[in-house]
Amino acid sequence: MDPAITGDTNMETILVLAHTEADGSLAKPALEAIAASRNITGTLIVGLIGADTQKAANQIAGCGAAKFLTVTGPEFSQPRYATDAAAAEAIAKAAAATIIIVPHTSRWGRVAAGVAARLSGRADTHVTGISATGITRWYYRQRMEAQMTRTQRPWLIAIDPGCTVPLECAAGTATTTPVAVTVSSRTQVTGIKAPEARQQTIRPDAKLLFVAGAGWTKKQADGATHVPEAAEIILGFLNASKSSLGSSKSLVDISGEGQAVLPFMSHLNQIGQTGSTPRHAKGLSTCCHGEEPHTVGWRFVNERRAISLDPNCGWARGKADVLYVADAFAVMRKVTALLAAK
Amino acid sequence: MSLTYQIVVCGSLVPDPLQTLEPVTTTAGPALKNETMLPAVLDPWAGHALFEAAYLAKNNPGSKVYFVSLAPKAKLQQVMMTVAQKAGFELIAIDGPASGFTEAADVANALADTIKTIPGLDMSKLLVFGGWESASRGAGATMQLVGEKLGITDQFQGVDQITVAADGSFEILERVEGGKHQASKCAGAPAVLGWATGNLPEPPNNPQIGMANMRTIMPALQKAKPAKIAAEGVTFASVALPKQQRQTKIVKDMSADDIAKEIIAWIQQ
Repeated sequence: MDPAITGDTNMETILVLAHTEADGSLAKPALEAIAASRNITGTLIVGLIGADTQKAANQIAGCGAAKFLTVTGPEFSQPRYATDAAAAEAIAKAAAATIIIVPHTSRWGRVAAGVAARLSGRADTHVTGISATGITRWYYRQRMEAQMTRTQRPWLIAIDPGCTVPLECAAGTATTTPVAVTVSSRTQVTGIKAPEARQQTIRPDAKLLFVAGAGWTKKQADGATHVPEAAEIILGFLNASKSSLGSSKSLVDISGEGQAVLPFMSHLNQIGQTGSTPRHAKGLSTCCHGEEPHTVGWRFVNERRAISLDPNCGWARGKADVLYVADAFAVMRKVTALLAAK
Repeated sequence: MSLTYQIVVCGSLVPDPLQTLEPVTTTAGPALKNETMLPAVLDPWAGHALFEAAYLAKNNPGSKVYFVSLAPKAKLQQVMMTVAQKAGFELIAIDGPASGFTEAADVANALADTIKTIPGLDMSKLLVFGGWESASRGAGATMQLVGEKLGITDQFQGVDQITVAADGSFEILERVEGGKHQASKCAGAPAVLGWATGNLPEPPNNPQIGMANMRTIMPALQKAKPAKIAAEGVTFASVALPKQQRQTKIVKDMSADDIAKEIIAWIQQ
């Protein structure tokens, strides 16, 4: 961190914390966090937590870390507050870290602030950039962007996945230093619940985000609603294109109000002010309406196109690169047919 | 076995999402332009937490819901006019800023210190609810910090469902990546639950509940203690609205076939 900003002439001790995956490797967000740490001048230490950590340490043996600290054991394979916080706290103390960087996954998001509190430090989460002069993060649900720094140490920074190019480094045989942690928990993780494959509409790694608006459930040109047909068209496109489904709040709220709606749509699909702001290379919105704040769901989508019958649609004008003034039912049916024919 | 809970819901106010927000710089740091004039609403995820708390309390007779809120009390009073009609609770108000630019640690300290003063607080019955993130700071930090201050290490974030078993244990569904939920079983209270949207629709206004709540809300607002909330140690180099205006190409009078072909070509680029 730039001494001119921090007022501190000492080098930072940077600890990057990561969990191992079920196969013992490190996932992309962890590699992104290590890459992000290179923007700060200091000594890098990597802390690994999981059932077995050697494979992960070997995977990043050439990352330039001065030390690999590990907390290992079957109890640390489960994403759970008590064990994750205890492991992170122990490693941070062993490292005497001044800056701690974690990927803002659901697992680290659950404990990041709690860990900082245990270390008498502070945490900043949902960080989108780390530089020599501080961090970048958004406020008011992605409606304003701040650049900031802080004097408190340790400073835990949780960086959002997809904001940094992942680390590429040589694998090898890393020497690890185990850190002992004794902790118990009254919570047991019992599994993951996911929709059936055909109903799984959220695909974070998809190139395209398909956004469905409430217009799909409204009366069409013939004066009637066509919700089952809309569901068939949308699901057909999602399965043919392997894109991820986002939804406007209004469409999701209709689901909660018990009206006939798209059966695969839930609050998990919601993007925007009270939903997520996913990162995808491209976004195609259909039957969406509204101005800010609804359009913040687009914030991190690079190329955007929209289909709407309203040429003045606030969702699209000034927000999308191309607006097709057309009937989304007709267009998407043909798009899916063309994709299926390929 | 009869289960009763003390459910403490933490929640604050945010500007009405339909308002245009613009950052300004003040001597105390960044703020929103005309912040005191902006209409406020209950933070959406805190709202879900409150509705889930009321539902849980209703299904476990003898349980009680407390709503602990740190916000400017004049605005809190306005928002309570609506919120109080939706769920039964006892308000415990703390007078302070609801700005997104304040420190989560300061807010959490004020909330936790207040929770500790609830008469008859029983940790074996305590469930601390709140939104997993706010629509202001959006850090997902406050609930964790409140839990740490209260010594609660069974914490869950992005909760969409709690199912209580007869033995007092409960299953929690937390949001994880890829539109999935992680299922966990916790032995019982105390626990901290940072709610996502949950499964319940927003309750309709019920004037009877509102009348009952208002009898305690006004005294609670009058008794609201001021809290010192700041952002010590933080330096904001800039706070700005994103440059988001795009030159949108409007395509009219193109057939569905041609649009479809163009979209396919674009997707596959």
